[in-house]
Amino acid sequence: MKRKLIGALVGAAAMSLAAGQAVAQKAGAKVSGDMVKIGVLTDMSGVYSDLGGQGSVTAAQMAIDDFKAQAKPAWKIELVYADHQNKADVGSNKAREWYDTQGVDMITDALNSAVALAVSKVTLEKKRILIDTGAASTRLTNEDCSPNTVHYVYDTYALANGPGKAVTKQGKDSWFFLTADYAFGHSLEKDTSDAVKASGGKVVGAVRHPLNASDFSSFLLQAQSSKAKVVGLANAGGDTINSIKAANEFGLTKNQTIVGLLTTIIDIHALGLPTTQGMMFTEGFYWNLNNETREWSRRFFGKHKKMPSMLHAGTYSAVMTYLKAVQATGTDEADAVMKQLKATTINDMFAKGGKVRADGRMVHDMYLVEVKKPAESKEPWDYYHIKAVIPANEAFQPMSLSRCPLVKK
Amino acid sequence: MSEIFGIPIQAFMGQLMLGLVNGSFYATLSLGLAVIFGMLNIINFAHGALYMAGAMLAWMGLNYFGIGYWWSLLLAPLGVGAVGVIIERSMLKWLYKLDHLYGLLLTFGLALILEGLFRDLYGVSGLPYSIPEEFAGAYNLGFMFLPKYRAWVILASLVVCLATWFVIEKTRLGAYLRAATENPRLTQAFGINVPLMVMLTYGFGVALAGFAGVLAAPAMQISPLMGSNLIIVVFAVVVIGGMGSILGSIVTGLGLGLIEGLTKVFYPEASSTVVFIIMAIVLLVRPAGLFGREK
Repeated sequence: MKRKLIGALVGAAAMSLAAGQAVAQKAGAKVSGDMVKIGVLTDMSGVYSDLGGQGSVTAAQMAIDDFKAQAKPAWKIELVYADHQNKADVGSNKAREWYDTQGVDMITDALNSAVALAVSKVTLEKKRILIDTGAASTRLTNEDCSPNTVHYVYDTYALANGPGKAVTKQGKDSWFFLTADYAFGHSLEKDTSDAVKASGGKVVGAVRHPLNASDFSSFLLQAQSSKAKVVGLANAGGDTINSIKAANEFGLTKNQTIVGLLTTIIDIHALGLPTTQGMMFTEGFYWNLNNETREWSRRFFGKHKKMPSMLHAGTYSAVMTYLKAVQATGTDEADAVMKQLKATTINDMFAKGGKVRADGRMVHDMYLVEVKKPAESKEPWDYYHIKAVIPANEAFQPMSLSRCPLVKK
Repeated sequence: MSEIFGIPIQAFMGQLMLGLVNGSFYATLSLGLAVIFGMLNIINFAHGALYMAGAMLAWMGLNYFGIGYWWSLLLAPLGVGAVGVIIERSMLKWLYKLDHLYGLLLTFGLALILEGLFRDLYGVSGLPYSIPEEFAGAYNLGFMFLPKYRAWVILASLVVCLATWFVIEKTRLGAYLRAATENPRLTQAFGINVPLMVMLTYGFGVALAGFAGVLAAPAMQISPLMGSNLIIVVFAVVVIGGMGSILGSIVTGLGLGLIEGLTKVFYPEASSTVVFIIMAIVLLVRPAGLFGREK
């Protein structure tokens, strides 16, 4: 009984504190506690930790340091980070704790769609901001869109649409899919199939493999006997890596083009060019694009010892853009900052002319890349030919197809 | 062209061949587990991590010391075996008299530590290891395109498995080992150094895992998680074959590889589950496993 009473008292105290904080934030058009606090919520040790993980923390810290040096804000900036272990409940609990007790204003990275959707709900409830640079699901800006969430780097539509259209138009018009047998894989397959068919291509078949299958040779043999010109890999992480490795071993790459639907420079680096040459896929960022990307990426490399993934570059850009918006409005109050974010045109090493739409989607150019042959690569991490720049208005789902209630039609 | 169940016979044979390749890995890994369980009564959960360590050692040897594939095939299992000996001497030997559960928990903890260590050092995306030049290319068998390396995997693991079976079941050394398992005190009374034999057995069992790791390195991506993805299936193989049965684990490993291969053609969605369905059925009908003896 006594313990229950104490529990209730503590709970009540915590609630009143939290409420007090919320009031304080609404009241003043100034930065609460003279402190902007940014939380990087990511996978620090699991399957996506190379894609986001410590690299995202490093990128966010770089953005904070650069912003401090350039803008010399009157308020302090603090960075916190945590491992969500790819579990939606762990992620949303952490977000709640950060918002309630630590005064975190903005959460970023949040890779893994399940975690992102959960954190987005908490963010809306607590009236803070989520700038998601890691998750893939288009639900974040459609059925589950939120006035407090920005989806910054990529989504399954952008990943599927680019290669689906561009590769088909190059005459590689028959596709076979290797699909991870869960929601993510299915939606990636569907989105790509739609793009292929819209461009006059056809889909000759698909094989659904279990998540984390240890051996892909059997599935690739089926892809081989389908005689499709393109084999699309609607899977991610270790599954993609092992599919590519087996494709190479079984000689698929001689007659068929392998298109990764969620492949990044991290995968290419892990596999090496001899295995991956000739593959095509969509990227949101490439370090060796121009002087600006090279300059930033080399600085990042100096700290992280690996070149940035599009998540890392996106996280830097997101934190920088957010801090500039706080500076411009003079407050960290979410509604005002979001309004500012949606009015800003983002121009930095990550995005040129980037815009945050009403549904929370940040649209920017994407790149269709082809992996170089080993002989063409001049230095470590020199991996891509840029085959096409997919302009922002074509790369992402058009607003006319939006299923987000925030979008007025 | 003739067909089997609506599948061209060529594709069918191809899938059987691939099943055999996977079966070879299962057989080599489950053999090590069976030897360890049979002789030491330890359920070695660290087996997957040591398999990963074998692959990692091969990669480190190549990239830091320029040691090629063939030397790795010899040295990495020795390295893993040495680690095994240290584990046995320093930790496992205190647990033989206790319940199975203690050995299982200890080795499970070791597996997590090993995986965490390599994950911290090399990240999770994995490391590339190319196929040795001798095995680049493929045999055209008429009905399929068999990469030479996969053919080598089948051959190498079959030889190693059969040699192990022969040593344990047909030689004097094997007879000592089996005697030491049956009644350690009596065997010791005959002047045989039982603790030494037990230590070497564990070392050998995990060296088999290291060997499978090196075999797998060129065919699969080397990653800290490669062992944990495989170990559960391998345990199922051991249970189906009969805990501790040497021949059982070899035959079951290959057989299940074949069955899994066929599932990948007819109903790929179930290919990761089929092994466990078979395990459940076998446990219902023959709780000691297909080749196991009831005690």
